[in-house]
Amino acid sequence: MTQPLLSVKSLTIGVRRPKGVDTIIVDDLSFEIQRGERFGIVGESGSGKSLTLRAIADLLPAGVEILTGSIRYDGVELVGMPTPARRRLMGPEIAMIFQEPMTALNPVIRVGEQIAEGPRRYLGLSKRDAMKLAIEMMAKTGIPDPVRRARAYPHELSGGLRQRIMIAMALSCGPKLLLCDEPTTALDVTVQHQVLRVLEQLCADSGASLAFVTHDLAVVNQTCSDLAVMYAGHIVESGRVKDVFRDPRHPYTKGLLDSAPDFDQPERELVPIPGFPPNLAARPSGCPFAPRCAFAVEACTVAMPPTVVVAPGHAAACIESQSIFEGVAA
Amino acid sequence: MLHRLRFLPGRLVQSIPVVFGVTLIVFFMARLLPGNPALALLGQHATPASVAALSKQLGLNTPIWEQYLLFVGRLFQGNLGTSLTYQLPVTQLVAQAIPVTLSLLGMALLLSLIISIPLAAVAAFKPASGRDLGVRAFTLLGQGMPQFWLGIMLILLLAVGLRAFPVGGYGTTAADHPYYLFLPALTLAITMCPTIIRSLRASIINVLGSEYIGTAKSKGSYGAALFRGHVLRNAAIPTVSIIGVNLGFLVGGSLVIEKVFALPGLGSLMINAIFARDFPTIQGVTLFVALFVVLVGILTDVVYTMLDPRVNLGAKEQS
Repeated sequence: MTQPLLSVKSLTIGVRRPKGVDTIIVDDLSFEIQRGERFGIVGESGSGKSLTLRAIADLLPAGVEILTGSIRYDGVELVGMPTPARRRLMGPEIAMIFQEPMTALNPVIRVGEQIAEGPRRYLGLSKRDAMKLAIEMMAKTGIPDPVRRARAYPHELSGGLRQRIMIAMALSCGPKLLLCDEPTTALDVTVQHQVLRVLEQLCADSGASLAFVTHDLAVVNQTCSDLAVMYAGHIVESGRVKDVFRDPRHPYTKGLLDSAPDFDQPERELVPIPGFPPNLAARPSGCPFAPRCAFAVEACTVAMPPTVVVAPGHAAACIESQSIFEGVAA
Repeated sequence: MLHRLRFLPGRLVQSIPVVFGVTLIVFFMARLLPGNPALALLGQHATPASVAALSKQLGLNTPIWEQYLLFVGRLFQGNLGTSLTYQLPVTQLVAQAIPVTLSLLGMALLLSLIISIPLAAVAAFKPASGRDLGVRAFTLLGQGMPQFWLGIMLILLLAVGLRAFPVGGYGTTAADHPYYLFLPALTLAITMCPTIIRSLRASIINVLGSEYIGTAKSKGSYGAALFRGHVLRNAAIPTVSIIGVNLGFLVGGSLVIEKVFALPGLGSLMINAIFARDFPTIQGVTLFVALFVVLVGILTDVVYTMLDPRVNLGAKEQS
């Protein structure tokens, strides 16, 4: 078996408190991304999905840190790697696309120069060649009139164009792993669709793997081959996208699917998930979803349920994953 | 870029009434000073008759509004009158003094940037750390020390004690000048640093927390390259306007410092002129100081516009 491109093992992210109990935001997370795979991480706000991505990119906000666990990229351990070595991976190996293309671009630098920065550093290009590459990348992302647009400042471009700039920037050094932190959330739906198409196309062309964080199930369905559903810092279910969508085995996944509109079944009623995610500073014992779960039994509140394989390549962390949805059409 | 500098001509025209207003105020303020220039010139040997004669000769016995009109009329011909004490054209005196003061201010600004930028960065990269507290202590010290006292202390320490710098004066050759200007410029710089450091520290912290720094890091940037490429320019934008305002105050500070270090600049000229009730010289110097402050204000806007592409002062003024 070939080595996975990215392997996250028992990753725990939180706020260290020298006096008292550390606040754990991401708890004992493990997953793998294979070469060429498009891996979606789904969950609601605060589930820890963005932090997981930021931990991979070494961009955790101040105060939040990796408490334990390992992140191996292409066999190399990233946790504890010195900053210069770590940053040398960023660009040619791992790249990231952010949620807000307005704030993620430096407002005082021309977008062309911002794209050219990475190639100049890593590909050893002259200023002129790097700019040529930047313009080429902009054209590839479908930006009309890239020569003129390369001289624009971020505030002079629309949201869709800015996100294309981000994509061009992220892919300019030919990364093998592209981390996307809700890249389309800030865009309106039509633009969202176009941007996703560009992203997919370019990743397919370059063979880059994708780690795609979003709360939008439709986007995962369109973009990803595999997914993990996160709730309160845990992966509650993972598997092939089509398997999980067809046959969800965790009540939270089921709840997410039921609460999102599906245009193939416009008649279906939307069912919200009652309650709120747990307070991470005071985690309930047992399954974090139990207080909101319609199927919860007493055993759920005792211990975190183990992750069980429910079908080949499909796992869920629910003690009733084998029984509750039996015969229930998703 | 250039279209955003379209506000410049308008701004220059607007500054004319400002400078004009300053001349008006200074003209009358100077005449509110107790004492009579004729009396000051004649000194101990003055008799009422000689004072009256000299007053007439200097045009001081005509009504004050006539004197003002004469002053403004000459001003339009580029004539600031003749100094009462030096018996030289004021324009000539001012022209001799301006390079001294400008190089002093320029050097002070340069020194304060050389001191401020690293200190602000050191403090901002680790807020609330030991080095941040150290920098804060330095800014408080810099703010607390009176300029003239600091100047005297530097003279005692570096000029008299270590003999590393001259005690005062401006030197005779162009190569001498930076050497002579160093201590007075350092004095001004140290008093200007605290404001710059505080502002720059705050804006660096702000910039470091922004998303685009994450983007820059995700492109592999770190350390000094990150600071130069993505932090400094963004953080400098709010600080530029603060430096602009402070440069105006610095002119006031340079009056005292030039006296302490015996520099033949506008400050010394001004103070001597005030003691001698040398009205034309007071007016001339003030006019240039006002002009300088106005120009610094405009220059600040230009630098601001160049640094931040989002700023379009021309558009704001039209709307």
